[in-house]
Amino acid sequence: MTSEQLAWKIRRHGIEMTHISGGGHIGSVLSVADIIAVLYTDVMKWKPDAPKWEGRDRFILSKGHAGAAIYAALAESGFFAIEELKTHYADGSRLSGHVSHHLPGVDFSTGSLGHGLSAGVGMAYAARKDRKNHKVYVVLGDGECNEGSVWEAALFANHFRLNNLVAVVDHNHMQSLDFTENTLEIEDFAAKWRAFGWNTIEVNGNSHDELKRAFLEAERSGLENHKPAVVIADTIKGYGIRFMENDILWHYRFPHDGWEYDMAVTKLHQCMPEGVRDPYTPDGILNPVRPTESDDIGNDHTFSFSWKPEYPEQMRRVEAGAGTRERVRLCR
Amino acid sequence: MRDAFVRTLMELAKEDKKIELVTGDLGFGVLKPFWEQLPDQFTNAGIAEQNMTSLAAGMALEGKTVFTYSIGNFPTLRCLEQIRNDCAYHRANVKIVCVGGGFVYGSLGMSHQATEDLAVMRALPDVVVMAPGDLVEAEECTKAIARYQGTGYLRLGRGGERRIHKRLDGFEIGKAVKVHDGERVVIFSTGAIFDEVADAYEMLVKKGYRPAVYTFPTVKPIDTQIIEQCSKAYEWIVTVEEHNVVAGFGSAVAEIMAEMNGRAARLMRIGLQDEYNILVGNQKYLRGQYKLDGKSIANEIEKNLSCVEREY
Repeated sequence: MTSEQLAWKIRRHGIEMTHISGGGHIGSVLSVADIIAVLYTDVMKWKPDAPKWEGRDRFILSKGHAGAAIYAALAESGFFAIEELKTHYADGSRLSGHVSHHLPGVDFSTGSLGHGLSAGVGMAYAARKDRKNHKVYVVLGDGECNEGSVWEAALFANHFRLNNLVAVVDHNHMQSLDFTENTLEIEDFAAKWRAFGWNTIEVNGNSHDELKRAFLEAERSGLENHKPAVVIADTIKGYGIRFMENDILWHYRFPHDGWEYDMAVTKLHQCMPEGVRDPYTPDGILNPVRPTESDDIGNDHTFSFSWKPEYPEQMRRVEAGAGTRERVRLCR
Repeated sequence: MRDAFVRTLMELAKEDKKIELVTGDLGFGVLKPFWEQLPDQFTNAGIAEQNMTSLAAGMALEGKTVFTYSIGNFPTLRCLEQIRNDCAYHRANVKIVCVGGGFVYGSLGMSHQATEDLAVMRALPDVVVMAPGDLVEAEECTKAIARYQGTGYLRLGRGGERRIHKRLDGFEIGKAVKVHDGERVVIFSTGAIFDEVADAYEMLVKKGYRPAVYTFPTVKPIDTQIIEQCSKAYEWIVTVEEHNVVAGFGSAVAEIMAEMNGRAARLMRIGLQDEYNILVGNQKYLRGQYKLDGKSIANEIEKNLSCVEREY
């Protein structure tokens, strides 16, 4: 399977899984889909029939709320039946909303932000001590980098020269209530990682070519200076389904019956790669329900949009058009 | 106790190269022999307990047996969620070591006094909780927790504890240790406060009482069998801990007693009475102020016994 095919499958499964379960975080699943797809098709070593194979590369989805993305990737990679994806969130399921290691192919349970990088650092450190050659990949959220423990881990990984560790930040610029920049200023984000001593690679995180080059660069730079690498993957939250893009509403909302589900599937079918079969709606949706004027599309749902503080007057604010692929811009 | 732990761990680590010691930038002097003799098995993770704990989980999942080391509340409360989610939930071979259970760091103030750690750690599923009472128990606990597969908590005193047991045979996680047989009252002690309990015992004996004494080097899993036996055989069970009485060792004993059949004994819990220490002073002084010294323990027990005598 190509990375483009897998990424599409992750998005399609993500829509179906959240639709059936009423689970959240579809925006995050859509932004991280390309990163996970590239890792599973072009970068990491793994064996679906031997999930605990010692030589495998370790993977931790530290932003555990995007669990649907990794479940889809694992099922499509043969770790368990694709059919099981439909049990996401359901009573008796193995597929909890946040990532659980009680599932073949998952190395580490996450869900509370700020844990995964440290655990990955521990795995990489142990591998170094034992002269093992596998690598450790940890995918974090940019909002997650509010957590102080991320920076504790960053200090450690640099100090101990863990060049077998690659962190990828799904820098989708949004978190829970607002844009990251309107929550706690994190820019210049790359400069922060550089200041912590990491090889820092900035790419368009929805571009497979750029991601693939980034992982090669992570390898190359690590061999050169023995430092850990971070790929800052600049992504769009909700990427691939226009009305969800840059709209914080879709951090928690799931595609409901009617125009939301129909248009999500229809949008995905418009960019379906060759050789992919949609297991749920193979021919797309005939006569999809379309949104009307009164439907909530393209509105700014960020909390700072309606928050009118008298203090602090110097606080800045960024925005990007909800339901567009616009990059964030400073507006105040 | 601290030194007994380090010495024992070094012996184990020389035999088992999978053992790793990770410190949160503490143990100056104390850990020096370890890092000098076993540098490849020693890491200073800096003043970053959250990272230290998840790091340990990651290392453990790759086959290491990792001891994390710090003082007071830093290795536990500061990184509680990392212990819960990353260590215990994954059943990772991480052994959390706290130096300074109770009032050890007396004059340093409340921040450095671990007085709720047993309660908090006991509340986590799949965490073994140990608090040795003297140097002999410290050595046995270290060996046992290193062998144990899974997450464990080892609460130590600091230095200057006595060797109270002459020797310990058949030491096991989850088993209380009988120190003295007796009648009417049995004292259950956990952790370094055993020192004061030993003094209290002597005082009570001089006054003509014959208290039985057990130590509980393991707080979880608690020795249910001994608690049930003693609840039938004695009038009073007295628990002593250098810790809040809420949810700690005494509460663990109370849980067993409350649910059993045929209980005769009443329970008295000696410990910190649900408060933070606001006084300044060394461990000995603070134990006295909070009625955890040998004399106060003996007095409390005597008061109860004589009170019951009058009732009868």
